[in-house]
Amino acid sequence: LNIITTIKENHLTVCIHRVRSCGSIRFIKSKYVCVFDKSALKFSHQQLFLMHSNFSFKLSDIGEGITEVTVKEWYVKEGDSVSQFDSICEVQSDKASVTITSRYDGIIRKLHYNIDDIAFVGKPLVDIEIDASKGVASEEDVVETPPMSHEEHTHQEIKGHKTLATPAVRRLAMENNIKLSEIVGTGKDNRILKEDILNYLAKQTGAILPPSPKAEIVPPLRKTEAAPAAPKDKARKIPVPVSRPITFSGKDRTEPVTGFQKAMVKTMSAALKIPHFGYFDEVDLTQLVRLREELKPLAEMRGVKLSFMPFFIKAASLGLLQYPILNSSLDENCQNVTYKASHNIGVAMDTEQGLIVPNVKNVQVCSVFDIAVELNRLQSLGSAGQLGTSDLTGGTFTLSNIGTIGGTYAKPVILPPEVAIGALGKIQALPRFNGKGEVFKAQIMNVSWSADHRIIDGATMARFSNLWKSYLENPASMLLDLK
Amino acid sequence: MPVSCPPLIRHFPSVTGAGCAPAAFSISGAGVPSIRCPVIKNMVLLSLKNCIWLSCVLRTPKACFWSTASGGLIIQSVSNDVYQNLAVEDWIHDNMDLEKQQVLFLWRNSPAVVIGRHQNPWQECNLRLLRQKNIKLARRRSGGGTVYHDLGNINLTFFTTRKKYERMENLKLIVKALKALRPQLDVHVTDRYDILLDGQYKISGTAAKLGRTSAYHHCTLLCNADKFVLSSVLKSPYRGLKSNATPSVPASVKNLFEEDPSLTSEILLDAIAKEYAVQHQIDHHITLINPADETLLPGISNKTKELQTWDWVYGKTPKFSVSTCLNMAYKGSVLDVKVNMDVKHGRIEVCNIDLPEQWLPPGLYSELVRSLTGSKFCPNETTTLAATLLRVCPQDDELHSRWSLLCENMIRLM
Repeated sequence: LNIITTIKENHLTVCIHRVRSCGSIRFIKSKYVCVFDKSALKFSHQQLFLMHSNFSFKLSDIGEGITEVTVKEWYVKEGDSVSQFDSICEVQSDKASVTITSRYDGIIRKLHYNIDDIAFVGKPLVDIEIDASKGVASEEDVVETPPMSHEEHTHQEIKGHKTLATPAVRRLAMENNIKLSEIVGTGKDNRILKEDILNYLAKQTGAILPPSPKAEIVPPLRKTEAAPAAPKDKARKIPVPVSRPITFSGKDRTEPVTGFQKAMVKTMSAALKIPHFGYFDEVDLTQLVRLREELKPLAEMRGVKLSFMPFFIKAASLGLLQYPILNSSLDENCQNVTYKASHNIGVAMDTEQGLIVPNVKNVQVCSVFDIAVELNRLQSLGSAGQLGTSDLTGGTFTLSNIGTIGGTYAKPVILPPEVAIGALGKIQALPRFNGKGEVFKAQIMNVSWSADHRIIDGATMARFSNLWKSYLENPASMLLDLK
Repeated sequence: MPVSCPPLIRHFPSVTGAGCAPAAFSISGAGVPSIRCPVIKNMVLLSLKNCIWLSCVLRTPKACFWSTASGGLIIQSVSNDVYQNLAVEDWIHDNMDLEKQQVLFLWRNSPAVVIGRHQNPWQECNLRLLRQKNIKLARRRSGGGTVYHDLGNINLTFFTTRKKYERMENLKLIVKALKALRPQLDVHVTDRYDILLDGQYKISGTAAKLGRTSAYHHCTLLCNADKFVLSSVLKSPYRGLKSNATPSVPASVKNLFEEDPSLTSEILLDAIAKEYAVQHQIDHHITLINPADETLLPGISNKTKELQTWDWVYGKTPKFSVSTCLNMAYKGSVLDVKVNMDVKHGRIEVCNIDLPEQWLPPGLYSELVRSLTGSKFCPNETTTLAATLLRVCPQDDELHSRWSLLCENMIRLM
C-alpha cells in the first residue's frame, strides 16, 4: 500500500480513509506530484468512482499573452496510447514552436484540430481516455524536480503493469517516441534500463550495438542465487546459467521500396534475363604496386589522388581494342549486336544512398592520369550526391572494385545494356613461386568476370582476361600499346 | 567613464588536454596610466581594446561546469558547424535544469542557411546555389523564418524555464548592450521581435522553442555577414509551389559593421555577455564548450546526426504541391509540358506529366511516373532513377535524347 507522503496533514487523513473503503484502488507514489491541493483531491474523489473517463485535455497557456496558435504536426493519432510526458503535437505561434506533451497516461480518443487549424488556449486540444482508478495528475502544472538525480525511481501503473524506470530512462524513451509499455525491462523487478531502450531502438533501425552487458551471465547475481545451495554446489565447477525466459520485443517493419532501391530492382530484374557465365583468375600486381608507389607523389604534385583503378581501367580499354565484342550491346530482340566505338568504362561506387555506377568517357583516348583526374571528379560528386545524368548514362563496360571493402571472388551481375563486367577482389600478400622455383612475396588480386553468353564465349573472355592480366603484371608492356 | 570590469576569462570545462599557461588580461579604465608617450599609449589602448578575444585556457574540473550555483551561465561554442551548434541547443533544452540558473549560449556558424521548423526549403532558398557553393542547409527546431549564417553573424540563445520565457526582455538586453557599447547606434526592438537599425534595416531576427518545462529564445545579429551571398541564396527560383508552410518575411538588412567599422563579432559577443552577466548578477565568465565532447554532453552526437538526416531537413517539410510548366526546346520547337506533383514528407505522392501523345513510348512514361511516385523530391534520387530506367529501355538515340531532356527539366524543379 503506497501512501502519498508529500501531502499536508489534513489531506493525508482523507486519503487513508479512502484507501480503507476502496481497497482495490492504488495511489501513485510520485515525486512529480508536489502540489496537491484540496480542490484537486475532491476532483479525484469523483474520478475514483468512474473506471474510465474521457478527459478533454486543454491547450495550456503559452505565455506572453498568446491566445491562439496554429497546429503544425500531430505526433499521435486517434487510438494511440500515450504515457505521461509523451509528445502529442507541435504548434506554432508567432515564430515560437511549442511541443505539447501529455499530462496523463491513456488512449487518444479525439483530436480536436487538423493540421494548419488555429487552436485556442484554454479550449480542448485532445480527448484522452484514462483509467481513473490509477489516479489523476494534478490539473495545475506539475513542478518537476531536477532531472539530474538518478537515484529516485517512479512507479507508474500502465494497463496493470508496473513499469519501473528512472527519470533518465523515461526521458530517453520520450525523446525517441517509445512507449515504455512496449519495452520489456531486464533490470531488477522488470525495471526498464537504458540498455533495454537502446536494444529496442537497435531492433527498430537494424543498427548493430555492442552486446549489452546484461546479456552475459553476471557473476554477482549468480553468487547470491547460488548462496543458499552452496554446500551442494561445491563439487560443481561449471556455472549454471540463470534461466530467464528470453523475451523479444522487436516488431517487423514494412517500408515501401522507393528511390534507389526501386532503381536497383529495375536494373537487376532486367539483368536476370541475361544468361551469365563467370570466369575467374588471379593477377600478380607486385610490379604494379611498385610502379604506383613511384607515381603517386608525381600525381599528388599535380593535385590528383592516384589509386589502382586508373591502371585497371586503361588496361581494360586496351584489351577491349583487341576484343571489341566485350564493349558491345545486344538489342532487345537479340537480332543485332552494336559494337560501341567509345569505351565508357563504368566504375561501381558505394554511396550512402546505395550503389551508383558513373562512367569515365572515352577511355580509349585517355591517359592513365586523365582517368585518375576524372575518377577524382566523379568520386567527389558521388559522395556529395551531385552526379549528373551524363555521368550516369552511356556506360559500355563496368569494373567493380569490391576489394576496397573486402572479398576475393565474386559473381558480378551485368548491367544492361552492357555485355560484360569485372569484379576486383582485394590485394593480398601471398607466397608464390617465381621462374626459378623460389618462393617470393607476391601482391595477388583476384578478378571475377561475368559475360553475356548469348554473344560472348568462354574463349573470348579468357583471352581478354589474359591480355588484361599481362598488362597489369608487366606494366611496361602497356607502353607498347598505348595510343 | 572608467568602469572597472572584472578580468575577462574564458575557460574550457574539460579535464583532458594539455594545460596552457594562463594569459589573463585585465581591462580596466585605470589600466594604463604609466605609458607617457601618447602615440604608444593610444596604440596600447587600441591593442588592448582589440585583444578582447582571449585564448586563456584554464582547466576546471568537469563537475564545476554544470553545478555552478550562480543564477546564470554564459557558454560559447568553439565549433562553427551549424548542426553541432543546433544540437547543443537541443541538448541544453532537453537535459539542463534551468530552474536555478538560466543559460546564454553564444555561437557562430560557417556559411549555412537555417530554415524554421515548419518551413519549406524549396520556397525559402535557392537549393541549387546552396549545393554549388557547398553552403549547408539546416532545419532548426524553433519556429520562425529563414536566415543566412556565416561567421559575420552571431547567434544568441537565451535558455529559461517555460515560466520565465520572455523574448522582449532578452531583446531589450541586447539593445542595451549595443547602446552601452556605442551610444550613437540607433537600434530598437519592434513588436515583431526584430531589431532594427536606423529605423529601417533589420539586424536581428528571432525564433523560439517551448517545451514542457524549458524554453529557449534565439536570435541572430548581423555584424559583418556577406550580404551579397545572403540575398542570392535566400531567393528561391522554384515556381509553382503551393503550401501552408510558414513563409519568411523578407526585409532589408544591414551589418553593424557598415554603421561602425570598429565593431567586430567578438566585440559584440563580449558586450552582450557582459550585459547578461550584469543583469543576472553573475561573473563575467564565458565558458567555452566543444559540441563534439560526448562526455560533457552525453547523447550530443546522436542529436547532431539527426539534424543532418534528409528526413529531418527535407522530410519535415509540410505537404506542398508543385504546379508548373516545363518549356523544353526540342528540335527547333518549344514544348510546353504541364507538371503537377504533390509532395508529402519530402516524397512525391502524386505525379502528373502532361506530355504530347507518343512523345515517349507509353510503357516508358508510365514506368517513369511509377518510379517517381514515392521517391524523394531530390535531384540526386531522380537522376539515379532516370539513369537506371534508361538502361532498360530500347537503345535508340532519339529516344535517349528525349528522355534526357525530360529528366533534366524535371530535375531542375528540385
